Amino acid sequence: MASVLGPFLEILIGGLLSGVLYSLVALGFVLIYKASGVFNFAQGAMVLLAGLALVRPLDWMVDKGFPYWGAVVLALLFAGAVMAITAWIIERYILGPLLNQDGLTLFMSTIGAAFIIEGAGQMIFGSDVYPLKLYPTDAWFAFENIFPGGILINKLDVWGGLIAGILVAGLAAFFQYTKTGRALRAVADDHAAAQSVGIPINWIWFVVWLVAGLVALVAATVWGTKLGVQFSIVFLALKALPVLIIGGFTSVPGAIIGGLIVGAGEKLAEAYLGPVIGGGIEYWFAYVVALAVLMVRPQGLFGEKIIERI
Amino acid sequence: MLYRETGQFKSTYQADMAIFPIKQDRIALYALLAFAFVGVPLLAHFDVGMFGRDYLYKAILIPFLILALATIGLNILTGYCGQISLGAGAFMAIGAYAAYNFSIRVPGMPALAAILLGGGMAALVGILFGIPSLRIKGLYLAVATLAAQFFFDWLFIRVGWFTNYTPSGSVNAPELNFFGYVVSSPIERYLLALSFVTIFALIAKNLVRGNLGRQWMAIRDMDIAAEIMGIRPFYAKLTAFAVSSFFIGVAGALWAYVHLGSWEPLAFNIDRSTQILFMIIIGGLGSILGSFLGAAFILILPIVLDQAPQAVGLKLSVETIAHLVFIITGALICFLLIKEPHGFAKLWSLAKEKLRLWPFPY
Repeated sequence: MASVLGPFLEILIGGLLSGVLYSLVALGFVLIYKASGVFNFAQGAMVLLAGLALVRPLDWMVDKGFPYWGAVVLALLFAGAVMAITAWIIERYILGPLLNQDGLTLFMSTIGAAFIIEGAGQMIFGSDVYPLKLYPTDAWFAFENIFPGGILINKLDVWGGLIAGILVAGLAAFFQYTKTGRALRAVADDHAAAQSVGIPINWIWFVVWLVAGLVALVAATVWGTKLGVQFSIVFLALKALPVLIIGGFTSVPGAIIGGLIVGAGEKLAEAYLGPVIGGGIEYWFAYVVALAVLMVRPQGLFGEKIIERI
Repeated sequence: MLYRETGQFKSTYQADMAIFPIKQDRIALYALLAFAFVGVPLLAHFDVGMFGRDYLYKAILIPFLILALATIGLNILTGYCGQISLGAGAFMAIGAYAAYNFSIRVPGMPALAAILLGGGMAALVGILFGIPSLRIKGLYLAVATLAAQFFFDWLFIRVGWFTNYTPSGSVNAPELNFFGYVVSSPIERYLLALSFVTIFALIAKNLVRGNLGRQWMAIRDMDIAAEIMGIRPFYAKLTAFAVSSFFIGVAGALWAYVHLGSWEPLAFNIDRSTQILFMIIIGGLGSILGSFLGAAFILILPIVLDQAPQAVGLKLSVETIAHLVFIITGALICFLLIKEPHGFAKLWSLAKEKLRLWPFPY
């Protein structure tokens, strides 16, 4: 019995933890969608930009003989500043002028923004694979007394889970207890009404994009450690989309639950269904799960109910 | 002064319902068709300027025509029926691989029939993937259509049957034999693509102004209101998916047979889908003419940007140029969306409006 359960638990736990890493990317989507109704396709590009803006100055400072942790702090500050500038440019020059356009136009404009960010980021910071070592990446064997050989867990995934937990708690507190957070929720409910009671909507959108940029930075530290900072990080956005629609576009906890479902589902499917119908089903499995969830709940598991009127 | 419909009286219902009711439009269209069908081959024959170069046909005209066909297909679904789809690349792939399998597995299958059957197969799959649209709407549907994209990407890479177990996964199109005439040179391929696009554009133009097109547009504008008026969403949405997928499937088969010749699944990946989506947005949602304008712009922009630095004598590395193309494409798309969210089609109609009053606007 234990010989079947052991591998199963190993795959399940590995899947759940790697799913949390998808949630990190999906969180950025949710924040922006909640506050501005923009479906932000540029989130993957923002993770890439944040990663590049972090790893390049870090390497440079380490080369110059800075103490390592000091260099990390400075590089994080630098990357944060880059994300702030990006947020300001996007708000000021792309989304500001597109106020009140329909969702599809806004969506396309974020694809345009993604192109700009990808091109500019790689032109400024370079386009190779840059390894990043912020977290321990070695494996860790748990429950060795219960299962023969124990369960292999990657420490990086555990770190990712912890960080995602802290991030969600922090965001929830920010939304619930600060003045800006309250304004954000007001804008999310109704732009026009929020504007009419004196909430500066441009400032709020800047804050939202900044927060999404910082979430992207956090995601970049984890994913950069996992894969190295490289162009293919952009495709994380595509991995995060099913997470997003399972959880619902408007729900922060939904992004986490969706990530857990997708992560566990695709690893288990790859392990148990993969040999039957051919490998690589990770590639689309999440989307099919998402489609099935949407057929039952068209707004995702935790999304706000869509009410339609004539 | 020249462009004015004053004095053009319609005395029959046929004349009133013509696709191009204004005489000048008709003349311009016939002139354009004559140039495309007769003028271009003549110029090529006498080797005039760039018309004598294969590059023009292989890299610009043939891809432009085929992508314009795919763009019309997606425009029917997204522009006329309001169902956003990110799976156009997958339906092109279905068209291409279905046509390929019909060609190699059915002995004596003519190329024309294979291409149309490829479109038919895409239409069937389109109906299947259209069923969720009855429950899922808007951007949720857009993400759901990505399921089709990723599933078929995987299917054609992993399942050997579809590629006839070729070890590299790359397949070759059979010879393009049309009623005993073998199409091979670039100019012949161009004429073939042009004929397909002309016929299908005519079909699309007629579909969207008929009963079916009006149902699609009612669904697009507000599906609940349309349903209350007696339009069946099931029928309207699924016909839109079927017709759209048929067009895109035929475009995919043409892309494989006429443009690429030999291809692998990567030719139809997610980038192709977003490219076609860009074409309909930049060209104008809900416009057949816009499909052509958008396809031309999105296809030619990177080609021009690629060559521009050399033309003005700048020495840039290949990598820098690639990044610059990204930045400029993105910036131009954002700029166009901000300046004219309704695309080139809207600019065109504004220009026509100005032209009617020229030179004495009031």
